[in-house]
Amino acid sequence: MASQARRPSAGLRIATNSFVVIWLILAAFPFLWTLWGSFKVELDFFSIADWTNALTGSNTREAHGSAFTFAGYEGAWVQEEFWRNVINTFIVCFFVVMTSLTIGTLGGYALSRSGFKYVFWLLIIALIFRAMPPITLVAGYMLPFFEWNIWGILPTTIIVLVAINQPFTLWMLHSFFQNIPKELDESAKVDGCTQFQAFRYVIVPVMWPGVITTGLFSFLLAYNDFAVTSMLLSESNRTMIPEIAAFLGTTYTEGNVMFAVAAVVSATAPLFVLVMFFQRQIVSGLTAGAVKG
Amino acid sequence: MKHRTFFWFFLPTGLAMVLFIAAPIVSVLIQSVFAPHEAVFRTVENCGPFGCVQETTIDQEATQSLREAQPLGRFVGLDIYLDRGHLAVAEVGAAWANSDSLGAFFDELGDLPFYRAMAFTLTYVFVCTPALIALGLVIALAVNTLTQRLKGLVIFFSLLPMIVTPLVGSLILFWMIDSRGVLGTLIAALADNPDLSLKASTVLMWISIIIYGIWSSAPFAFVVFYAGLQTLPQDQIEAAQIDGATRWQQVRFVIIPHLMPLITFVALIQLMDNFRVFEPILGFNASAHATTLSWIIFNDLGGETRQLSAAAATSVMTITGVAILLSPVLVRTWRDFRGKA
Repeated sequence: MASQARRPSAGLRIATNSFVVIWLILAAFPFLWTLWGSFKVELDFFSIADWTNALTGSNTREAHGSAFTFAGYEGAWVQEEFWRNVINTFIVCFFVVMTSLTIGTLGGYALSRSGFKYVFWLLIIALIFRAMPPITLVAGYMLPFFEWNIWGILPTTIIVLVAINQPFTLWMLHSFFQNIPKELDESAKVDGCTQFQAFRYVIVPVMWPGVITTGLFSFLLAYNDFAVTSMLLSESNRTMIPEIAAFLGTTYTEGNVMFAVAAVVSATAPLFVLVMFFQRQIVSGLTAGAVKG
Repeated sequence: MKHRTFFWFFLPTGLAMVLFIAAPIVSVLIQSVFAPHEAVFRTVENCGPFGCVQETTIDQEATQSLREAQPLGRFVGLDIYLDRGHLAVAEVGAAWANSDSLGAFFDELGDLPFYRAMAFTLTYVFVCTPALIALGLVIALAVNTLTQRLKGLVIFFSLLPMIVTPLVGSLILFWMIDSRGVLGTLIAALADNPDLSLKASTVLMWISIIIYGIWSSAPFAFVVFYAGLQTLPQDQIEAAQIDGATRWQQVRFVIIPHLMPLITFVALIQLMDNFRVFEPILGFNASAHATTLSWIIFNDLGGETRQLSAAAATSVMTITGVAILLSPVLVRTWRDFRGKA
């Protein structure tokens, strides 16, 4: 229904469209380039002679007989046993998301249904905790964890990540539960339910959209974490991201940068799929906090 | 909801936060005023046929028992905060007294790890934040003019730099700007200097990390502003058009004021998040040129010698910095809550 006055001039339209195209290239090109390059040998990916080698893969053809090679992936996944780290990452993510959502849902629900003043203070404290950089907390964990001999194992890291996740989870779910009308559980209570029964039978069936969005962000936090996992996991229990960092320490000397490139692409792929399927939830989660203020 | 019921509902999450967020903060505070025990020395005189020799050895047993008796170490008060690795009060004083110009003074400050890290952290925070807000705003305005089907596609690709793990994202860019990488080659060709290497120059390294920061956070600003644009009242735009406002004037006087609360929100969040920048330093392998407070903590904690006290003191200073940046957010939340009540 755009009126004549609202239609942008041709010049402006070309300018905005080309700007969008430039931004798209900036955002997507590095990923595509690295994906393409991960199937090449190092001499092509880091080409001194001619940058087009990275596109055509002339050295790869010489070394492997084809312009594409899985050598980097084989080195990372088989030789360096990257699959162990992948399994660890998914164990950590699964348990972090599950635990975080279970206790966060209970807490967020309670915060949204209680009218007392301490709710406000709890939310403020959660906001302060949310701002604490995880790496500063890690300095505090080290000594007690060594003393109790629980450093280096997956359960410790899972609990720590759950705790770091809680402030954000509480804020998200609190505002989500506030949008579910109070009358629903009030009427259940009038019919004789306890508060927990009202939550279990009335709220749980309708809470999934909010819980899924929150779960996505919990997953991202656990998946993307580097500070906590690299400091609290022993070498044999490492997740993907600290392992990639460890690759760099060794590969620059061994000339196996392509292992790290393949590992980086492997670690990015799940996120790619995630954005593809849950784009709407991610966008709504990002804006929820902002628009409500 | 009764207090009792609330308590049981909130207990698990509350407990998690007290044990693993509040307690570590206290633990960090305590550790930062204790230093590890020094080894206990014992001097023994060995007398042989050629006279007596004084020998100083480490008394392993005494050292061990002292460490076990007081695992925290010895109390040193604020010494760690004031030492060379942190605020470096003595060194700063000496630099002030010795240097004859402000420039020389700042040069000397740049050799001290804490001030070096602060210089980069603050530059990063105050360059990245406005830049990513501006970029995010322009992307949002541009995408808003596209057709519905294209919008989804653009949003999908725009989310990638933000959603990807920071270490992975910085590595991907770092490999491209490597002097043998595609962007590195391009830049060297543009500068007409085949030996140009971003890794060798402090200024270029700073610029690269800042560009990474903008690249990875602009999508967040874009998504938030884009959501805000959807709630823009059309009648205001139409009124402005009837009054003869040009397109630029509409943006300047209608759209930006409408988005102002969101711009403040993004600015406050990003100031805090950028202050703790850390992974790009590792990804870009840039610690020779740029360090940040978080990186110093990481560096102290890792490696063979875990310098817990030094890391704890830096942590406390980082928390203080975050607290300063957080205070406007708290004031804003407080006001919102009062407004609603």
